[in-house]
Amino acid sequence: MRIGVITFPGSLDDRDAQRAVRLAGAEPVALWHGSHDLEGVDALILPGGFSYGDYLRCGAIASLSPIMTELVAAANAGMPVLGICNGFQMLTEAGLLEGGLIRNDHGSFICRDQVLTVENASTDWTGDFEAGQQITIPLKNGEGGFIASDETLDRLEGEGRVVFRYVDVNPNGSLRDIAGISNARGNVVGLMPHPEHAVEPGFGPDTAAAMRSGVDGLGFFTSIVKRALVEA
Amino acid sequence: MPTIVVDVMPKAELLDPQGKAVAGALARTGRTGFSGVRIGKRFELTVDGPVDDALKASVKEIAEEILSNGVIEDVVGIHYEVTNAELAEEASDAASVTDDGFGAPAGETH
Repeated sequence: MRIGVITFPGSLDDRDAQRAVRLAGAEPVALWHGSHDLEGVDALILPGGFSYGDYLRCGAIASLSPIMTELVAAANAGMPVLGICNGFQMLTEAGLLEGGLIRNDHGSFICRDQVLTVENASTDWTGDFEAGQQITIPLKNGEGGFIASDETLDRLEGEGRVVFRYVDVNPNGSLRDIAGISNARGNVVGLMPHPEHAVEPGFGPDTAAAMRSGVDGLGFFTSIVKRALVEA
Repeated sequence: MPTIVVDVMPKAELLDPQGKAVAGALARTGRTGFSGVRIGKRFELTVDGPVDDALKASVKEIAEEILSNGVIEDVVGIHYEVTNAELAEEASDAASVTDDGFGAPAGETH
């Protein structure tokens, strides 16, 4: 399976996402924002970072990039797309996911190992988890407050499209503790925390077993690989 | 050269952490009497050609689709302005100015 990771000017975590893809057993394909070619990949990841210096709004200018034309068409045709942090912001700006991300309510950038509940384990990117499972992955953002109208929030919850919720601490003022959502089909998922930073022992969050041994993020990438095997 | 000004503000019901921080600074420095501060954005678009209905429609679309995100912000104003230097030039050469003040001098083709 080949998974494209799109790099934008100001992307930070594209290499980490590629590494996570590799560790999950798939082939990462580096894609460039200025291209119109998805190079035949089977899934796409929009990585974290500060594309275009967060000018205008986080993810706004990136969402107008040439390759986004092909990404939107592919996503609407069912291709799995994962947006992480700045990638989540791009997906909302591109209209593929509902709601928006605003500055953290406390006004500060935050970086912490964050506990999440996986609320929906049937999206393309969460099949390797159990519904209700708690995972710990890093969170690092300045503008991660998820907002939407009450009507939209009710609908997202009613349709099971709240995929992840913050546990114990709401780190950024997100409404209803929402950390990540999906589109109706479940192929497009966006979240603020960073699964790609918790995929290899020695480099992940601390666990009760050992320092930096947390690999809860790996499930995102193995989910998509297993899904491809099932379909094949 | 006409300047088009687009004003965008965070939605009124949303917390504006930037404005809140400024309000806090005002209070800390003894500037009392301000019950709130909100921070928005001002965009200045300049155009070379005339400001006609087609351009105004385009500006409206740009303001709503790109300059603002309707989920979190509102476009609170679109203004068409000319610079002080241009106003002075027009005043001294009023005969060449078309009715709306933004047109090209008589005789110029587009």
